Amino acid sequence: MLYLRLKKGLYLGMGCLLMLLASLTQAGEAEFIAHEQALIKAKFEQKEQIMAAWYAADTQQAVELMEMMLASQLYYHKKEKRLYKVIDASKGAVADRLSDGESVTITKKRDFKRVSINNYLRTLFRQYIAKAGLTAAEPEQRIAAAEAMVGNTDPDLMATVAGLRAQETNADVQSAFDLVLAVANLQSADASQQQAAIETLGDSLQPAALNALKQFLASNPESDLAPIASKAVDSINGKIDFYNGVETLYFGLSLGSVLVLAGIGLAITFGVMGVINMAHGELIMIGAYTTYVIQLLMPNHIGWSLLVAVPAAFVVSGLVGILLERGVIRFLYGRPLETLLATFGISLILQQAVRSIFSPLNRSVETPSWMSGLIEINPLLSLTQSRMYIIAFCLLIFFLLLAIMKRTRLGLQVRAVSQNRNMARAMGVRSEWVDALTFGLGSGVAGIAGVALSQLTNVGPNMGQAYIIDSFMVVVFGGVGNLWGTLVAGLSLGVANKLLEPWAGAVLAKILVLIFIILFIQKRPRGLFPQRGRAAED
Amino acid sequence: MIRLLDQDRGGKWLIGSLLLAIVLVPILNSLPESSSLHIPTYSISLLGKYLTLALLAVAVDLVWGYLGILTLGHAAFFALGGYAMGMYLMRQIGDRGVYGNPDLPDFMVFLNWQELPWFWHGFDQFWLAVIMVMLVPGILAFVFGFLAFRSRVSGVYLSIITQAMTFALMLAFYRNEMGFGGNNGLTDFKDILGFSLQSDQTKIGLFIASAIALILGYLLCRAITTSRAGRAVVAVRDGESRARFMGYRVENIKLWVFTFSAVLAGVAGALYVPQVGIINPNEFSPINSIEVVVWVAVGGRATLYGAVLGAILINYAKSYFTVELPDIWLFALGGLFVLVTLLLPRGVTGLLKRKEVE
Repeated sequence: MLYLRLKKGLYLGMGCLLMLLASLTQAGEAEFIAHEQALIKAKFEQKEQIMAAWYAADTQQAVELMEMMLASQLYYHKKEKRLYKVIDASKGAVADRLSDGESVTITKKRDFKRVSINNYLRTLFRQYIAKAGLTAAEPEQRIAAAEAMVGNTDPDLMATVAGLRAQETNADVQSAFDLVLAVANLQSADASQQQAAIETLGDSLQPAALNALKQFLASNPESDLAPIASKAVDSINGKIDFYNGVETLYFGLSLGSVLVLAGIGLAITFGVMGVINMAHGELIMIGAYTTYVIQLLMPNHIGWSLLVAVPAAFVVSGLVGILLERGVIRFLYGRPLETLLATFGISLILQQAVRSIFSPLNRSVETPSWMSGLIEINPLLSLTQSRMYIIAFCLLIFFLLLAIMKRTRLGLQVRAVSQNRNMARAMGVRSEWVDALTFGLGSGVAGIAGVALSQLTNVGPNMGQAYIIDSFMVVVFGGVGNLWGTLVAGLSLGVANKLLEPWAGAVLAKILVLIFIILFIQKRPRGLFPQRGRAAED
Repeated sequence: MIRLLDQDRGGKWLIGSLLLAIVLVPILNSLPESSSLHIPTYSISLLGKYLTLALLAVAVDLVWGYLGILTLGHAAFFALGGYAMGMYLMRQIGDRGVYGNPDLPDFMVFLNWQELPWFWHGFDQFWLAVIMVMLVPGILAFVFGFLAFRSRVSGVYLSIITQAMTFALMLAFYRNEMGFGGNNGLTDFKDILGFSLQSDQTKIGLFIASAIALILGYLLCRAITTSRAGRAVVAVRDGESRARFMGYRVENIKLWVFTFSAVLAGVAGALYVPQVGIINPNEFSPINSIEVVVWVAVGGRATLYGAVLGAILINYAKSYFTVELPDIWLFALGGLFVLVTLLLPRGVTGLLKRKEVE
């Protein structure tokens, strides 16, 4: 690790060096040597002037040298009187001569002496570097330079910033410059300037703005501007609370989406068909392992693997589900408690099968690069992209299922069979076939949920058990037989969980949510949105 | 007592063999080790453990077999009883712990706690621990049942919320802040009532205590089920609405049977802990409760002795398989679930009974 970092540093250093050398033109070379000699001879007091002159002559070169000095990498050879860049000043290490780029090996450590600087120079150099950054080509660089400068009150520098602000065209950079100026103006003697600064800061979302205002309030509590400043602080705090709320909501929605995804397959098998499928969690697990296998099969196309895994997991879990229904569950219709036991037995078998095939250890499923990343909305709020995808995926699956249940022939038949099996059969619906297909559909959706969950948690033999109770809670809370209920229940439980977390901790929040559901079922045994009509009677 | 077992051949066999075991086991244990009839002490502890699990199974059979409530949370009552006993055993360690603190159990010293939490006070008294062993599961079952039965939560919904209850308890007990040792639970016990837990005599004593508890528990359940109240219990199972319209207070019947069963489970847990030497939050995990239901299903519902038979058979098989063929065990257990529900709805004892009729 250390070795790697050293090596990386070396490459970076060499990169800088090449840039420096590239800037050395024929005419520039003489100038460089003149500056170089002056710097080597100079005392502390003179270095300031020399570097200022150098900065005026060739900004980029001077900045690079200043950065080297700040990093204690600038040395000179005592006899040659030449500047060297030395990362490691020990015998046998490499030193790069700046004037011609030649690399030499250090034979005597004592030949090289560091160009020393003091704290005053350090501050000065940082300001120079920041100033140079303000004029950089890329807007991001300019913003970064401005952010580094916040809190600086040096009048010359501020004049420069103000000048640059007037020419700046990029809105983001403009606001970054405004922040710098406002923080500086807060200290000015002119009350109207101070007031303007407070107003600017009150609109900013940068943490630095809040700090500056707080500092101002602490040092001038009696000033006439104090009420305005404290109002600005309140307004910022209000915004922070608001954006924290938005973030919690976002986290809650993404957790809720996970719950909905885990529960929605069960909403069909348990909710619509009334089968207590304790192996539901294992069907999710099968979906996750399908993702793992797909990634093994196409190691060079991780980005595509998830898109392949979704249909694959649907098919695999769906087939396992159909097998289950045909082999075991159909003999137990109308005996819910026995179904519960038998499917639990199946869940044990599936867990052990996975353990025997893939080993009991957790398997890691890779996250494609397009899934990761941050969407920065403002300085207080940035949203992780993977959560965004989960929410979108959850909604997609939900509406697809809803469409299948409400708009297709299969959905019609499923509802007919679940409402009145005999009547449906009399109308020519092949109820056995519908049972198998419905169960396969629910199981397949569980498999798809497994693909999504493989991106969030460990894929292991026990992952199914972790979700089974949550899934049942979501379905029962939402109201059995109601897909919309499942969606609302999952999302609201997710949000409730995340709202409780800050003051209760993750585990306690989960316990509280469970207790809430237990109590809720007492009040409304049929969930949030109970089914109405004859189907609800049995 | 004889009248209780009048119609109960299985019960007679069970109690007879338990009494025989109480007499024989200490004698066989005292035989020289070279003798082929010698029973080593560790087998006695294992047997004692099976008996406590059998008591748990009897408690579940009372609720599931006779009352028709499929409880998936009974292991929680068992574990709570176990924790109460574990707290007593923990206090008996005194200053013999790793940190040698006479006032605080090791894990509290480790967590830098300064004083004993209020709910640990008094647990150095055996009588208080015994009361708590029954009171804590009893109160939890009473409150839970009161809420659930009054609002007529039944069937699968009840099963799921009992499961949620034990799951929530498991998460809670995993937390260090709860003051029950977190992940590791309570362990390193030294002695009970002044007798060292390592000694053979104590182990035999615990075995006998477990056997007696099982006999008493069995007889109590039998007394309940054969009484007039017991017929009402079965009536609730077979036709809840009808029983209600005939004037029975269905909620009260359910509540009292459920609470009694939870107390029984708590006692079983309290006897279990000193014999295995540890209690940790895993005992709350939902799968444990479901396993108990399977013991009952395999043995045969609503027979009581079937529950004992199922518990001992499956736990013996589990001890055997997890050592000899660990990979096979879950396949076997899972297969058993499926086969019993599909092919043997009345369990092993049902099979025997049918033969008898033929």
